[in-house]
Amino acid sequence: MSGAHVSTTVNGDAVQFACPNDESLLDSLRNRVGLTGVKEGCGTGDCGACSITLDDRLVCSCLVLGVEANGKQIGTVEGLADGDKLHPLQENFIKHAALQCGICTPGFLVAAKVLLERNPDPSEEEIRYALAGNLCRCTGYDKIVRAVQATAKDLRKKSKKKS
Amino acid sequence: MTDSTSFTNQKFKVIGQRVRRQDGMDKVTGRAKYGADAVAPGQLVGVILRSPHAHAKIKKIDTSKAEKLKGVKAVITSKDLPDHTDGDRDLLSMLENCMARGRALYDGHAVAAIAAVDASTARKALKLIKVDYKVLPHVTDVDAAMQDDAPVIHDWVRTIGVEPAPTKGSNIPMRSEFGHGDVDAGFAKADVIIEKSYKTEQTHQGYIEPHACLASMSPDGSGELWVTTQGHFAYRNWCAQLLGLDMSKLKVTSSEIGGGFGGKTHIWMEPIALALSRKANRPVKVVMSREEVFRASGPTSSTSIDVKIGATKDGRIVAATSECRYQGGAFPGSWAVIGAMTSFACYDLENVKTVGYEVVCNRPKVAAYRAPSAPMASFATESTVDLVAEALGMDPVDFRILNAAKEGTRASYGPTYGPIGIGPTLEAVKKHPHMRAKLKKNQGRGMACGFWFNFGGQTSCTINVAADGTVNLSVGTIDVGGSRSSLSMICAEELGISYNQVRTHIGDTAALAHNDMTDGSRGTFASGMAAIIAARRTKEVLKQRAATAWEIPVEDIEWQDGHAVAIGKKHSKLEPLSLADIAANTENTGGPVAGHNEFVADGAGVSFASHICDVDVDPETGATRVIRYTVIQDAGKAIHPDYVEGQFQGGAAQGIGWALNEEYIYGEDGRLQNPGFLDYRIPVCSDLPFIDTQILEIPNPNHPYGVRGVGETSIVPPLAAVGNAVSNAVGVRMTHVPMSPPRILAALEAEE
Repeated sequence: MSGAHVSTTVNGDAVQFACPNDESLLDSLRNRVGLTGVKEGCGTGDCGACSITLDDRLVCSCLVLGVEANGKQIGTVEGLADGDKLHPLQENFIKHAALQCGICTPGFLVAAKVLLERNPDPSEEEIRYALAGNLCRCTGYDKIVRAVQATAKDLRKKSKKKS
Repeated sequence: MTDSTSFTNQKFKVIGQRVRRQDGMDKVTGRAKYGADAVAPGQLVGVILRSPHAHAKIKKIDTSKAEKLKGVKAVITSKDLPDHTDGDRDLLSMLENCMARGRALYDGHAVAAIAAVDASTARKALKLIKVDYKVLPHVTDVDAAMQDDAPVIHDWVRTIGVEPAPTKGSNIPMRSEFGHGDVDAGFAKADVIIEKSYKTEQTHQGYIEPHACLASMSPDGSGELWVTTQGHFAYRNWCAQLLGLDMSKLKVTSSEIGGGFGGKTHIWMEPIALALSRKANRPVKVVMSREEVFRASGPTSSTSIDVKIGATKDGRIVAATSECRYQGGAFPGSWAVIGAMTSFACYDLENVKTVGYEVVCNRPKVAAYRAPSAPMASFATESTVDLVAEALGMDPVDFRILNAAKEGTRASYGPTYGPIGIGPTLEAVKKHPHMRAKLKKNQGRGMACGFWFNFGGQTSCTINVAADGTVNLSVGTIDVGGSRSSLSMICAEELGISYNQVRTHIGDTAALAHNDMTDGSRGTFASGMAAIIAARRTKEVLKQRAATAWEIPVEDIEWQDGHAVAIGKKHSKLEPLSLADIAANTENTGGPVAGHNEFVADGAGVSFASHICDVDVDPETGATRVIRYTVIQDAGKAIHPDYVEGQFQGGAAQGIGWALNEEYIYGEDGRLQNPGFLDYRIPVCSDLPFIDTQILEIPNPNHPYGVRGVGETSIVPPLAAVGNAVSNAVGVRMTHVPMSPPRILAALEAEE
């Protein structure tokens, strides 16, 4: 299999890697860039554990080729925190016990971040549908939805203060 | 006192709080390392060739072309896994399940494996292996496999538990029977008798993390294995036995586990990874694809169950029987035994008889799935209980309360119960506002009960006190849902220090004595009990150190709120010494401070739950939505209420998926038709409502804090709770799980 050289931006940093043409972006991120926070649960786009943002679009990185990332902006769970300050979603996932085994957590955090950026005041139903592409087998989603609701509230309060 | 495990009814400072989980930071930042996240220098990629046939003789495997491909470093077949099992048939079956020996027994059965420099080369090499199969007749249905004309899968299987002992091979490895009294006499007294047959389809635990390991074997017979597992000691022992290694030379480290639910209590590709590594003399990483997980790990049984219950007009059950036929996959298991044991465990019965038949089929060998075998038996029993109540014109909750087991009841599976929670959960159901909420058209409500034994088992742990007075607890039970935090709480409570002073880790197989797996809801129960004893022993050491420092008799010292306190007027000038004070001075008082415990954690308290479910069924499509769900369960004592609730909710969600959607679908050719999350659909966020929980605390008398296992019971009632709700919504009794839209429509049509 022939390969390609890929220049991309990952969590704000310039990153370069070489990969075979048939390699998924998920494998490139995990095995070449070293970001193992991106998880493979199915490899077919059904579980959302490999969720990342690609130019601000939420995608399953298992359905994108590594070579397609050339010139694009990638966001992963590793880029959520601001230095030593956790993203409010990360804080609330811990506070609300929204994780058990934690394998789905990176994907949920990325998907929830995209949701809240687009819709700062989602209803329960909107949260449930926005996260329907992410499978969790441990929690029954109850505490995940509550953590996202709490974060939405925190962020709204924060933006109100700012304005 | 130090080693006593009796319930103490003490007041708690840390237990019961909702503290932050210690593994939270790693898990929300992506830093937590799971099975597939480890890397070793020079590692190879291991892949497995699997049978496309449900049953086939392997006439020949030609690996020569694959071996010649550049970049391939090792190719193995069963020839590279010689039989070290010394006549132990169960162990040989385990080896044969890891890699076929002359016959492929199910679609997905491993037949060969390759280690190569990268994934592309490994995949290419797989295609170069030529396997010459002779396809044999197969059977995948539990009832069909029991018929006389079914192909016999193993000619060495003789049915245990029948008289006279059979002389011919059979697909029924065992018949088991439980019960007491005289059921015939009981049924003769009954005013109402309901008899019904049920089926449940095979489901998978559905953990999001596929099986993964990194094996590294050296030519001197020593090795290391990094693996996602519920029991690294068991994996170590099995792998060593199957590969002919000394157990102590194989160090197994458990990764973070991305869900297990019983499915990571068995070995599949771990011995293969080790054998590949041994042959290549390089580290080998093997990660299953999702398709491999579905086809070739260990889903739960499909079942076929008959239940008969007789009751008198006053609402008392006078006789009950069940026959549980459980499909266990390609090798003998003991799943029907558990079905038969749990069938009527919720009830106080004078006359009861339950029978279990293990059945072998051309499907992957069944593994445990959260309260294994109990949900199916409960579905059959609790559906029939509703029918009996209806026939008697009684409220189904009142009927259950009248017949519920209580302290002193002889359980249908043998023992006599101590204090138990089935009655209280039912009373709580009766009082719950959920039961009074209004239902609309096409909606129905159902409730059901469930039981699980829980387990204790072999456990060891070590407490190490650091020089600054902070503490490490090392345990050998894998943390599947927050147990490290719960165990830190227990350790802090016992030592009288703050939660943040304790950090719990999972020790590898070389660091601790043997620990049984995290199964049977034992993680927090057993390691918690071990940690309490180890902490008490640590306190004895700490008191001794204070005595040495003060030069007074240790009998004059008490441990209070994390301090050594000298008791009595003569010591009034001695300021209490904190744990940190003592820890800072160990060099002068006898050396490092630690506390251990190695024991069998007996006394796991049985646990009961009652669930309430409301559904909305679309009569045109047969689609069902759960619109409200309530879990009420006895936890004995909730160490960390968030995590107990999490177990309640997670088990309920898995049960709802099983009840409504999830099933293994095999084609006529014996191949699995839906080995992926698209076609095997587990509940997603938009499928479920919030799941309400109510924790009851009826202390387990055999645990210092009263703890019972909580992890598994929550999956037992949902099949029947949803089934009763759907039946009430559509007015037709549902007897086949999952109650998928086509099945609901078929039931409605049959009724018309």
